[in-house]
Amino acid sequence: MPGRPKIIRKISVAPVASGFRPYGMAQNAKKKESLFLLYEEYEALRLCDYEKYTQAEASSFMNVSRPTLTRIYMSAREKIAQAFVEGRNIIIEGGKVCFDSEWYTCGSCNCFFNNPFEEALIEVCPLCGSRDIQNFESLSEEEKSEFTYLGKSGCGRGHCSNKRKRGRMCQKNQE
Amino acid sequence: MKVAITSSGNTLKSTLDKRFGRCSFFAIYDTLTDEVEFIPNPNKDAEEGAGPASVQLVASVPVEKIVSGEFGFKIKSLLVELRIQMIVVKDADKTIEDIIELLKH
Repeated sequence: MPGRPKIIRKISVAPVASGFRPYGMAQNAKKKESLFLLYEEYEALRLCDYEKYTQAEASSFMNVSRPTLTRIYMSAREKIAQAFVEGRNIIIEGGKVCFDSEWYTCGSCNCFFNNPFEEALIEVCPLCGSRDIQNFESLSEEEKSEFTYLGKSGCGRGHCSNKRKRGRMCQKNQE
Repeated sequence: MKVAITSSGNTLKSTLDKRFGRCSFFAIYDTLTDEVEFIPNPNKDAEEGAGPASVQLVASVPVEKIVSGEFGFKIKSLLVELRIQMIVVKDADKTIEDIIELLKH
C-alpha cells in the first residue's frame, strides 16, 4: 500500500546547472553510475548552506515541516558526500516540486496565476486586467512566506492537525 | 475564448468552489458571446482520480483558463501540458457573477 502522499515542495528558482561531474579521475578508478540529486534537495542545500537560513526558516519557504526539511537536507548531504568520495556524476532532477518562477501574483485582485505559454511574456492579470502583477520569484523570501499559491499553507495535514481537530487553527492561518 | 470557473451551485449567485476536482458545477463562461453554461461535475463524489477526470471534462469544452481556489499536484502537471492557464483565487466569498465581472475588465 502506498504511504501518505508527499507535500509539494516549493522551489524558488531552478538551479543554473543541470549537474556536475568530476575531472582528473585516477586511471584505475572504475566509472560509476551517476547520482540523482532531487530539486528539493538542491533547494534545501541552497537555503540552509548558501543563503544561511535556519532549517526552520528554510522549511517554511519550502512549505514543508521542519523535520521533513531536515530529512531532505540530510539526504542531500549524503548524496553529495557519496558523489565526492566515489567520483560520481551528479544530475539534478526529479522530486515532487513546484517552481516559484512559474507563478505570478496580481496586486489588484489578489489572485495567483501561471503562464502556460512560456515563450510569451505576461503583462496583464488574466482575471481583472490589471497591470499590477509580479512574478513570485521577484518577491523577497519574507514576502513569499506571507502568502502562497499552494492550497494548504503551513498546516495542511501535518504538525497542527491535532489543534485543528480541537477547533483551533495554526498561527499562520489566523493572520 | 472560454473560461471554466468552479462553482458550488448552478446559479450566478453561487460562490466559487474552493476545490477543483470535486467541485459541484463548472461554470463555462464564453468571453465572446457573454454566455454562461453550468455543467454538473460527475466526479463530485469520486474517491480517486477526480482531478484528472475533471481536467478531461473541461479540456473537451475546450477552455483556455480555469478559475478555482486550489489545484492538486496531479492536475497541475496535466494543465501545464494542455497549456490551460490556472488562476487561483483565495477569496472564497466571491460569486460567479463577481468573477465574470472581473473577467470582462
